Amino acid sequence: MVTMVTAMHMSDGLVNAPTSLVFGAVALVVLVLCLVRARADLDERTAPMAGLVTAFVFAVQMINFPILPGASGHLLGGALVAILVGPWVGTVCIAIVLLVQALLFADGGLTALGTNITNMAIIGVFTGYGVALLLRRVARRSRGGLVATAFVAAFVNTVVASLGFVLEYAVGGSGGASLGTVFALMVGLHALIGIGEGVITAATVGAVVAVRPDLVYLLRGTATPLVRRSAPSTPTAGGAA
Amino acid sequence: MTRRRGFLLGFLVVALLVAGGLSYFASSSPDGLDTVARHGCQVSETGGGEHLDGTCIAQNAGEHAAAHSPLADYSVLGGKGTVGIAGVVGVLVTLALAGALFRVLGRRSPARQAERGDD
Repeated sequence: MVTMVTAMHMSDGLVNAPTSLVFGAVALVVLVLCLVRARADLDERTAPMAGLVTAFVFAVQMINFPILPGASGHLLGGALVAILVGPWVGTVCIAIVLLVQALLFADGGLTALGTNITNMAIIGVFTGYGVALLLRRVARRSRGGLVATAFVAAFVNTVVASLGFVLEYAVGGSGGASLGTVFALMVGLHALIGIGEGVITAATVGAVVAVRPDLVYLLRGTATPLVRRSAPSTPTAGGAA
Repeated sequence: MTRRRGFLLGFLVVALLVAGGLSYFASSSPDGLDTVARHGCQVSETGGGEHLDGTCIAQNAGEHAAAHSPLADYSVLGGKGTVGIAGVVGVLVTLALAGALFRVLGRRSPARQAERGDD
């Protein structure tokens, strides 16, 4: 018997201490690498964007949407950040969200930070980015192509991130369910959640590319982007140049 | 207002509206992972939380070390109907943290000299 509060991420105690420690170390090493590599992707134009993308992911992760009677899902955000700010900055974005959630909102255990960062930040972001890279030619061809890429990358990132938990449970799960059951349930539920993740990611990337295609990481280096700035660029009277 | 600032401000407003308003309409059902963790248990509501009977992963979950944080469970001091306030605080804290970190990292960026902004 135990009383627990509703949590969106892994709580403390779902995997044993050595497993938490190992994935904590993995998360730390990869995060440091990401911080180093992120510097090259940040300038005075992209840094504020990265900050806002992080805050946006925090906000949208609060919105649990129903997937089945009695079960819900929420955005993980891997493909979203990977497409908008790149994999290195994006991994740091998600890690910050998870840190704030765990420390301030008691969401996601403190000893589970390593596993949660491994699953949602590292696996989620790099899977999403990998799929987006595979589809980059489609993504760069048209706005519709980019939106479709966002949907597919987000769907895959959700399902693969859920496999992270299955792996951690296999390595050092505290028990309570068979590995086969955990695998089937995780993949089944996250395939449904992945549809929601895909819709949210596609809508967000679509909105950004409509207004500021130059801020979409995946489109960097596009010589003549088919996606043109379409927002009414009305210079405000007396506005600063 | 410059185009860039307009876009960033719009982005922030959307995040604040989602966390401060849309959050009231979020599903309170357990999410995918939580559903799996509770699989096999009967969940009954008690005064202090939820009681799990049976055998499931969630029975191994410990109480959160920050369970007594003033913002625990996306509420302000556990008050009903405060999820929006907690959300707005969360967005601003996240933005402050991430914004500061990325600004510092960007200052050390090799790409810094490449372009002096477009506004």
